[in-house]
Amino acid sequence: MDQSKFLIQASNLTVGYGDNVIWQDANFDIKAGEFIVLLGPNGAGKTTLFKLILGLKQPTDGILRVFGDLAKKGNPSISYMPQKRIIDSESRLNTIEYIKLGISGHKLGFSFGSKIKLETNKAYKALELVDASRFAKTPINLLSGGELQRVFLAQALVEEPKLLLLDEPLANLDIRREVELVNLINKIIKKNNIAIMLIAHDINPLLSVIDRIIYIANKKVASGLPDEIVTSENLSKLYGFNVEVLRSSSGKIAVLGTEGAAHAH
Amino acid sequence: MPINLTATFSFNLIIDFYNMWQYAFMRQAFEAGTIIAIVAGVVGYLVVLRRLSFAAHALSHVGFSGAAGAALFGINPLLGLLTFTMSGGIFMAFLGKKAATRDVQIGIILAFMLGIGILFINLYKGYATEAYSILFGEILGISLENVIITFYAAIIILIVFALFYRRLLFTSLDEDVAEAKGVSILTMSLIFMLLIAVAVSIAVQIVGVLLIFALLVTPPAIAQRLASSPGKAIIISVLIALFVTWVGLFIGYYLPYPVSFLITSSVFLIYIFVRSYQKLWQNN
Repeated sequence: MDQSKFLIQASNLTVGYGDNVIWQDANFDIKAGEFIVLLGPNGAGKTTLFKLILGLKQPTDGILRVFGDLAKKGNPSISYMPQKRIIDSESRLNTIEYIKLGISGHKLGFSFGSKIKLETNKAYKALELVDASRFAKTPINLLSGGELQRVFLAQALVEEPKLLLLDEPLANLDIRREVELVNLINKIIKKNNIAIMLIAHDINPLLSVIDRIIYIANKKVASGLPDEIVTSENLSKLYGFNVEVLRSSSGKIAVLGTEGAAHAH
Repeated sequence: MPINLTATFSFNLIIDFYNMWQYAFMRQAFEAGTIIAIVAGVVGYLVVLRRLSFAAHALSHVGFSGAAGAALFGINPLLGLLTFTMSGGIFMAFLGKKAATRDVQIGIILAFMLGIGILFINLYKGYATEAYSILFGEILGISLENVIITFYAAIIILIVFALFYRRLLFTSLDEDVAEAKGVSILTMSLIFMLLIAVAVSIAVQIVGVLLIFALLVTPPAIAQRLASSPGKAIIISVLIALFVTWVGLFIGYYLPYPVSFLITSSVFLIYIFVRSYQKLWQNN
């Protein structure tokens, strides 16, 4: 099998803390440019999968290959956008400073002369990519939730990664902002052939753009096409809660949570 | 008592400074004050960004025990301060990440260490004066030897700071992303704690253990409200720390009030001014 085709390959991957298994025997792979949504209940180990890929946590068993090698810390081809960001309300730091951190925050010493200009230009380009240039000089604590997500997306994109790991980027956004952000992300990754793994709870705004779903629940990891996974039966099993999937005549899908637990845990 | 009973203020600042600098103790006070203000302004910015002002405060109390112990055994108190704050700093770097848990743990250590300090001071014969100068600062009694130690400590702090500046900043502002980019959070936490340990130790000489915030927290807290970039914040923070230290020393030369008091009040006035200005005119 041609390994270079895959950005991520997991074989019999198991992870846990001590004797406590989070999930086990995961086998999946991710190709360049794929849009993947990670589904699963809280605490199932979705963020843990990100940590494994980032080399911040070691598997207890199995092998995880990232760009053909074992996962290691500080891979420049991977960008991570965490779920929670703490923005100090007292601080007046400009947005552009945060983007610059994505370029040189991990380096030693200072940048001098032409290098400063190069970094600044790069930072502006990244902001332009997410249509947020006008916020460059805005103190970051004045931005709204949707604007912040775009700025952090710019920070994640600034070093032109091949794989983006986004941890619940749609949380706390209204429906319109959700759709806008999803379309923006999709446009950027398609144009630059970036693969993306995105953790979400609400699949609706993502259905039109995703290639595949990886779902983690009951200590298992499985992947499949949206049409296979997004069924009333599957989602109810996944969340242990009655979920109904409705399909409209135009092909649109709606996922509804209904009363009552499907499977007691 | 004013520092100099016969001194008169002339409105010609050059002549005033010239007169002050005739005295070795004033020269040393200005030298040490300038060095410490620069260091406090720089390191303090990270203290504020990392929301670790309580840790800085606690470190100074840990330093109190070190200084008191050193005095008891006839060693230079500054060396006792450095030893204790650095050990305390290393210890704190390994404490819990969550602010709430961390603060409780730090508070417990603080009380314990302060208790030991009181024991040392009690056993020491020169009880009152030594304790007073450690607690409230004694910039006018600063020896040439301590100016030199302060100078070298400051050079080391600034070099280490410059080397790790961006990583320290990244982990302070955006820890999870920094970690994902391969920056070791624990290493940065250790380096940072050692930086404040040394900065606190030398700053104690001016404002004392109890007033350490005046130099290490208030100037960067003001700067943070004004600056649009970290570089600017550090420059503003240093300028404020320098200004208030000089103002404190200058006024203290003529008026019968402690220099620490003059420094803490002038920096507080600046803070109040900036806050009210922003509240009234910028709606922040």
